[in-house]
Amino acid sequence: MDLSCTDEEEAYRAGLREWLAATLPGLPERPDPLDWPGRRAYDCGWQRRLYDAGYADVHWDASPTQRLIFLEETELAGAPYVGANFVGLLHAGPTVAAEGTPEQRARWLPPVLRGDEVWCQGFSEPGAGSDLASLRTRAVRDGDEYVISGQKIWTSHAEVADWCELLVRTDPGAASKHKGITWLAMPMDAPGITVRPLRTLAGSTEFAEVFLDEVRVPVGNRVGEENDGWRVTMVTLSFERGTAFVGEVVACRRLLGELARTARKNGTWDDPVLRRRLGRLSAEFRALWRIVQANVSEAQATGGAPGAGGSVFKLHYSHARQELYEAAAAVLGPEALDLGRDWTLDRLSSLSYTIAAGTSQIQRNIVAERILGLPKGR
Amino acid sequence: MDFRLTEDQRALSRGVRDLLEGRFDREALRAAVDAPALDRELWRELGDAGFFALRLPEEDGGVGLGLPEAVLVFEEAGRALLPGPLVATHLAAGSVPGAAEGTVVVTEADEGLVPWLDEADVVIGDAGGAVPMRSVDPLTPLHRVPGERGHGEGGLLAGGDGRLVAALLLAAEQVGSAGWATEAAVGYAREREQFGQPIGAFQAVKHLCAGMLVRTELARAAVRAASVTADPVEIAGAKLLADTAAVGNARDCLQVLGGMGFTWEADVHLHLKRAWVRAELRLPAARAEEAVAAGL
Repeated sequence: MDLSCTDEEEAYRAGLREWLAATLPGLPERPDPLDWPGRRAYDCGWQRRLYDAGYADVHWDASPTQRLIFLEETELAGAPYVGANFVGLLHAGPTVAAEGTPEQRARWLPPVLRGDEVWCQGFSEPGAGSDLASLRTRAVRDGDEYVISGQKIWTSHAEVADWCELLVRTDPGAASKHKGITWLAMPMDAPGITVRPLRTLAGSTEFAEVFLDEVRVPVGNRVGEENDGWRVTMVTLSFERGTAFVGEVVACRRLLGELARTARKNGTWDDPVLRRRLGRLSAEFRALWRIVQANVSEAQATGGAPGAGGSVFKLHYSHARQELYEAAAAVLGPEALDLGRDWTLDRLSSLSYTIAAGTSQIQRNIVAERILGLPKGR
Repeated sequence: MDFRLTEDQRALSRGVRDLLEGRFDREALRAAVDAPALDRELWRELGDAGFFALRLPEEDGGVGLGLPEAVLVFEEAGRALLPGPLVATHLAAGSVPGAAEGTVVVTEADEGLVPWLDEADVVIGDAGGAVPMRSVDPLTPLHRVPGERGHGEGGLLAGGDGRLVAALLLAAEQVGSAGWATEAAVGYAREREQFGQPIGAFQAVKHLCAGMLVRTELARAAVRAASVTADPVEIAGAKLLADTAAVGNARDCLQVLGGMGFTWEADVHLHLKRAWVRAELRLPAARAEEAVAAGL
């Protein structure tokens, strides 16, 4: 068990810290969280700065330790989050990097790193949410193209995305529903695509319905083999559950520190029940960061994607983060009802964490069946 | 950074597990419950195996290992539900003659409680006027120190980092117990059939088991990290999460076992009761939460 960093890694940390201190004060004002095009421009601008400074490729080219240092330092400094680049950098990018051909990597990865292209995730459907493999969007081969018809839903960033990582059914007669699925990169400007934004309970339109009417996508946009998309998807999802949230753990530790400062100022810190509640949350987020380090160490050693251990992390993290906002509401009092406060919007957003990327109930099934070896059932 | 066990650490864990399975298996556990007395021979064997001298330097006759190795060894002790004042004797090795070898049993007044007072050769701290309790844990006889004495900061072992190390080693035992409870529940859920299928196929049971694993992993990560950093706030957090995992998992295991779990014959109540005792020793929840909050 070694938690220390090498001299080289510490030098990377020091350089990054220095660059953040010099760069962050000059950043433009963050756009209103409800303004998607504004957010895309802001998030991509940040990504471009990272690229120009040599920090952009950390999500798939750097060592896992270096990636953790990057996430830790950027969050501690209060730097902008990946935002609209979430899917490209943390889901589609790692998947293309792991499963794509050299040509596909050359085509899709650099624009993501430069902040030129934004991706969205076309996995869920109205009839296939947690039961993802039940998806029905069809793709029929026509020469060198797939012709796609169907509907996707909960597609984050669809309004402003250039590419969609799309799951389609290519063999409806396959022996198992998992066997007839294919992973495609679909350009969002292709004819036949209609995006209809959905309004979240927070009032924003951060996800959408996507209707596909005979959309033509070149066969060369397929990552992995035809009908092998489920395996490719599992690679994506293990990244999503395993590492996509890790920066947010550091963010939570920062938020908790802010909350403690606020509580000391407004007197609520004198309430031992509330103080102890914040203490327990702090212990949980510290431990979650250690689980991240354990998962990353394991993935680094085995050379693969993070395994089902990601579900263990995601289960506790999503609940702890919701608890953090409930504790924040107790500290802030009536102010927690003001939508003008970041805390309030974040509290609303956090309600999605136990649903998105596989509900907590599905995660528990995964932990029980894949780690503990309990039988499949109802 | 590589937050995995080294090959040597894995071998140490395995070795201790094998030793305890051979020397203190379920039969020995149940025999100890029926006749609760400290097994002096076993205590000496633990001493011979380096259990108490683990962190003493080699030139002083110790094994020369560190806190990360100690938490692995105590995790196995918790898993086996090994009885006795293990932590106090381990901490006394090097300062109380005979403790390192396991020829002397050392206990300590801690949070107003003194475990194994009648069996101990040496008592650390102020145990004057201690009165026996009918201990909830049949394998941990307890005395209560009257008044406020013995709470919190006292005791020779409180000198230096002793207090923190004691909390961390208790936490490691709690993690071992939490892991045992998870395995016991999962093993039963795989075998026991109701409505024509193993009960582990039902989501309600699956979700209890998954929750047990999550609690264990969170606590284990906290304990192992704290053993590397020896950071006081991190140790307090580790004790907090480990207490939660051990008590919560024993309760959930009992639930999965159903009526069987409520019987004296099932071992789960022994784990639950020991977890309750450890949770009341060094850094109980209220103080641990305050300690972590103070670090904010």
